[in-house]
Amino acid sequence: MAGDTQTISEYIVHHLTNLTYGKLPAGFERDDGSIVGDGGAWVMAHGGDEAAAMGFSAIHVDSMAWSIGLGIFFCWLFRGVAKKAESGVPSGVLNLVEMIVEFVDNTVRDTFHGKNKLVAPLALTIFVWVFLMNLMDLIPVDLIPSLLSLAGVHFQKIVPSTDPNITMGMALGIFILMLYYSVKVKGFGFVKELTMNPFNHWVFIPVNLFMEVVGLLAKPFSLGLRLFGNMYAGEMIFILIAALFSAGIAWAVPAGLLQVGWAIFHILVITLQAFIFMVLTIVYLSMAHEDH
Amino acid sequence: MNINLTLIGQMVAFVCFVVFCMKYVWPPIIAAMQERTDKIADGLAAADRASHDLELAKEKAVERLKVAKEEAAGIVEAANKRGNQLVEEAKQAALVEAERVKAAAQAEIEQEANRAREQLRSQVAVLSLAGAEKILGATIDPAAHAEMVEKLAAEL
Repeated sequence: MAGDTQTISEYIVHHLTNLTYGKLPAGFERDDGSIVGDGGAWVMAHGGDEAAAMGFSAIHVDSMAWSIGLGIFFCWLFRGVAKKAESGVPSGVLNLVEMIVEFVDNTVRDTFHGKNKLVAPLALTIFVWVFLMNLMDLIPVDLIPSLLSLAGVHFQKIVPSTDPNITMGMALGIFILMLYYSVKVKGFGFVKELTMNPFNHWVFIPVNLFMEVVGLLAKPFSLGLRLFGNMYAGEMIFILIAALFSAGIAWAVPAGLLQVGWAIFHILVITLQAFIFMVLTIVYLSMAHEDH
Repeated sequence: MNINLTLIGQMVAFVCFVVFCMKYVWPPIIAAMQERTDKIADGLAAADRASHDLELAKEKAVERLKVAKEEAAGIVEAANKRGNQLVEEAKQAALVEAERVKAAAQAEIEQEANRAREQLRSQVAVLSLAGAEKILGATIDPAAHAEMVEKLAAEL
């Protein structure tokens, strides 16, 4: 809930600000009036302006911590199951994990026809990891930030997938894999694909190249931004609903109903988005493997 | 909303998790699941085979039963036949024996009769002479009438 001294817009902006650690440029005036000296300074940002001033040489501590933490949770959970896995009757968490693995395996088999040992584990990692990151969206927006603010940490975004850095980081990783496998599988055929499609004549090479490169670049951007956009919008609505609570006691019941309704709907969204991200990854890699 | 080093950090983390998953998570789980699939398939095949075997065994049992029944019927028939034969044989033997006994008895009777006849014959002469003597009141010379008496005795 919004603090007593915050306006609603301050509350929303506060919720959308990452905990950022980075290098402030020399000569920057901080909000306490001090001036950053020569060579800049590596500090925790005290707000959105400072984070913006840091430019590229900054890191979102909260996004990284939650993302890596959830990734480690995924590895721990699945590694534990992998150690126990045997051909007897499965039970408990083994069932759950095997269900997910089988689901991913079937999806990969249906979509990807090449031979590649990387794709299935990649798809599994993406699906579970993105799902876990999205799942953070269902934790009430104020719970963890207010607990951490008691401990002196003033900014916290706990849903890593609402950070474009996170989603684009994964999308770029996939983009590099796409390029790698395109070159590896098709060799020169990849160049031909870029230059001789859709108009198969040497006169059109510049036109073809332009269109194909735009198409190629659109893949990772659409992949990363789709996930980011969906999760960001969902998170924003949770924040707005949470802000409603501060609008007076009369709003408590409708806001509560909205909160529950949106959370239930969001269960669908987070699963669907994780699934879409995984399927598109498989499809893109499958296209990279198909020699025409 | 700023693009910064987080991008690179996330890429590195992504690679690490994918490599971990590829090396330590995916292969054992898939292997275990594959093994289970094979096991189940084997089990189903074995069950199929067993039910097929059962079917065969049932057929065989029916066949055996039929053969045994036929055999038993044959044995009973043979026994009946043999029994009848034995009865027949016994009857035959009894008839033969009875015939023999009857013949022996007849022979004895005949012998007895012959002997009686002989005896009678030998005494006829004496009796007839004695009778004639009484009738005639005189003595008859046996020597003179011996031929006539002999004739009479032979006629008896």
